[in-house]
Amino acid sequence: MAIGRQTAAAGHAGVLTRPTWTTGWASWLTTVDHKRLGLLYICTSFLFLGLASVEAFLMRLQLARPEQSLVSPDVFNQLFTMHGVTMVFLAIMPLGIGFANYFVPLMIGARDLAFPRLNAFGYWVYALSGVFIYTSFFLGGAPDAGWFAYAPLTSLSNNPGNGIDFYMIGLLVSGVGTLVTAMNLIVTIINMRAPGMTFMRLPLFVWMMLITAFMIIFAFPPLTIALFQVIMDRTFGTLFYVPEAGALPILWQHLFWIFGHPEVYIIILPAFGVISEVIPTFSRKPLFGYPIMVLSGIFIAFMGFAVWSHHMFTTGLGPVANTAFSLTSFVIGIPTGIKIFNWIATMWGGHVRFAVPMLYATAFLLTFTLGGITGIMLAIPPLDAQVQDTYFVVAHFHFVMGGGALLSFLAGFYYWFPKMTGRLLPEGLGRLGFWLIVPGFYLIFWPQHFAGLLGMPRRIQTYEAGIGLDLYNLMSSAGTFVMGAGMVIVIFSAFWALRKGRLAGDDPWDGRTLEWATSSPPPHYDFDVVPEVNDRDPVWLLKHPHLVERRDPISESVDPDHSPPKHVEQVSIHIPGQSWYPFIASFAIFLGSYGLLFHNLLLGLFSVAVLFYACYAWALEGVGGHHEHIELEPAVGGPA
Amino acid sequence: MSHTVVAHSHEEYRSTRLPDIKLMMWIFLASDCMFFGSLIGSYLVYKDRSLVGPYPIDVFDINLTTISTFVLLMSSFLMVLALHELRVGNIKLFRLWTFGVAFFGSIFLGFQIFEFSHFVQEGLTLSQNLFGTTFFVLTGTHGVHVTIGVLLLLSLLIASYVRPVAAKDSVYLEVVGLYWHFVDIVWIVIFTVVYLVEFV
Repeated sequence: MAIGRQTAAAGHAGVLTRPTWTTGWASWLTTVDHKRLGLLYICTSFLFLGLASVEAFLMRLQLARPEQSLVSPDVFNQLFTMHGVTMVFLAIMPLGIGFANYFVPLMIGARDLAFPRLNAFGYWVYALSGVFIYTSFFLGGAPDAGWFAYAPLTSLSNNPGNGIDFYMIGLLVSGVGTLVTAMNLIVTIINMRAPGMTFMRLPLFVWMMLITAFMIIFAFPPLTIALFQVIMDRTFGTLFYVPEAGALPILWQHLFWIFGHPEVYIIILPAFGVISEVIPTFSRKPLFGYPIMVLSGIFIAFMGFAVWSHHMFTTGLGPVANTAFSLTSFVIGIPTGIKIFNWIATMWGGHVRFAVPMLYATAFLLTFTLGGITGIMLAIPPLDAQVQDTYFVVAHFHFVMGGGALLSFLAGFYYWFPKMTGRLLPEGLGRLGFWLIVPGFYLIFWPQHFAGLLGMPRRIQTYEAGIGLDLYNLMSSAGTFVMGAGMVIVIFSAFWALRKGRLAGDDPWDGRTLEWATSSPPPHYDFDVVPEVNDRDPVWLLKHPHLVERRDPISESVDPDHSPPKHVEQVSIHIPGQSWYPFIASFAIFLGSYGLLFHNLLLGLFSVAVLFYACYAWALEGVGGHHEHIELEPAVGGPA
Repeated sequence: MSHTVVAHSHEEYRSTRLPDIKLMMWIFLASDCMFFGSLIGSYLVYKDRSLVGPYPIDVFDINLTTISTFVLLMSSFLMVLALHELRVGNIKLFRLWTFGVAFFGSIFLGFQIFEFSHFVQEGLTLSQNLFGTTFFVLTGTHGVHVTIGVLLLLSLLIASYVRPVAAKDSVYLEVVGLYWHFVDIVWIVIFTVVYLVEFV
């Protein structure tokens, strides 16, 4: 391809200079490159996925046989709380954001996110808040009031330990990171699309991330306020959730689920996006019904804010509210069903190749649909009243979250690993892992439907022998070994492939979207020349024009003012410099969290001072960086 | 090569005419609506649920709050003038009006500090009753927003002395202005649903 030559940037000197490491630990702490941050996100979320799996494994060990006492009720409470918190906030959601960090700029033909330093800040806030929450195990016990932390379980009188404070402060801080990253993604997708990349040519993954980011900016504030209220209650003696003073603990449930239900879609929409990339590529057909897929995503996002009370059918909202929220919950099944049928229609008549990503995508279709069907069952208030707080609900949301989000992110992991590392994951081990993970998953969660229908309550540390639950629980616990072995194989094969994997080349899957038009791994400036986009599947258009229906004759025209210059032999790309301040700012917040938790005024003031310093230094450091001069081969003007 | 053609990408291509930073502020404000929405919602849910006094009608001084509201709204007017002067390149007047906005914002904050300490003297604290809890957290959060706005304005003002400013820098002031107007609008809502409704 092209050979890069670097020169220092002239005329960009700010008051403070920027670091320029390219290797070593400091280069990772100061990086603002969306690809490095994407990798950090993905690795960190896999780490937290591992911790959450250990917690789940301990719970299943305790529940394998009736009336065991491997784990005390107190520790069990901490385990299910931390498992939920970790999976939702620290593992699966950041995994989607990690893929978005890496691939959204590549897919839209941008060189980075709109605010690279803010992106780094978002990552470090997320990672350090995860560390913060996990230090609770050593500093007075982990949170133990469930991942939803219903008031007044969280009041100081009911729960005097530090665990709840770790939950409240940790999630509040982690929410700040998620919010700024979502805002950054919105600006990037709206403003940094390559010439010709109209909204209706955005890859579905980008569309889903745009919708997800909008959901984040509207859903996280209610959670943040609710967390803030409990922090105020516990630290400064306010009365938000003190029933004795006339407060209504149900307010927490409303605020929490106004966040919590959209959060479900915040997790699943990026997963839908991944599936919408994988299925067309491996079916060698353009995505069926692209516009309706986009509109379904938008409709899901709107309806996602209108169904929160279906988590509260048993709280006595009354028949009118229950009916209304039941109806909206049924309605949200429609766009989801449309998506399922469109994916099936994409596969229909295609030349389907069952490589590992496609295996996971297919398993996703089945598993997510099954979870969706139990979701429709739970949307019926009388049935919900019967199975509320039983393992039936546990089985349902693990089918949609685990079988939905996790399986599709595994599809994404296998699909994009060659692009991120330049090497292919071994196919044989991948198939072995798949055939352990998916059947293991069903072995764990399928029997839980029946245990739940028999009335087995969730969040209880043990159960009586001989009431029909023994076999189902034993099956569930046995399944964790099978699925765990599969996950170990996936991780192991990733490490193996990093060193010994087969070289992937730029485009191992015969991909459709722009990320396959650059090298694997991409250079730090992503593209030699920002490509011009003429179709929804721009890379296919170049390689196999016959595969692409030219739906849209306007697509030929690209705004001449903005199209890249033709016949260019050399381009000069400005690469922004690195920065310490995102890390310093987020570290100050990390320290401040401990200051707030331990009521340590000195530590609090110190971290506020550091935060102020970091903010102003952030603003005052120059653009920095350098220019990359790229000699282009004659007659090659980039992929367009 | 005799005539190498070089494409520079200093002026990065953008798909819309909106500067990134302005788009970012609009999106932040959309999000901030939900922050204040949740706080105002909590206030309304707990309205008239306090079991002990003092109640709103016992402590509110509508004349005082009307004056401070007026000051805050006038600061938005100065904000428009400041942006206008910067755009036409009149740096002196830009500095004057920007200082005016920050000054009026500070007067508003002074009123709020006075009001808070007065309420505490009357026995209304954070943990006295639900009114105290929700009132102080809601108006306090708004006060923090105003404080951040004042800091941003003063930072821009100081920056204009350190580094020459010109009309092309007006986007920064415009972004702070968006924030400032938003915080004002939120105050209009708070003034209505917290203060005015007590006197109808």
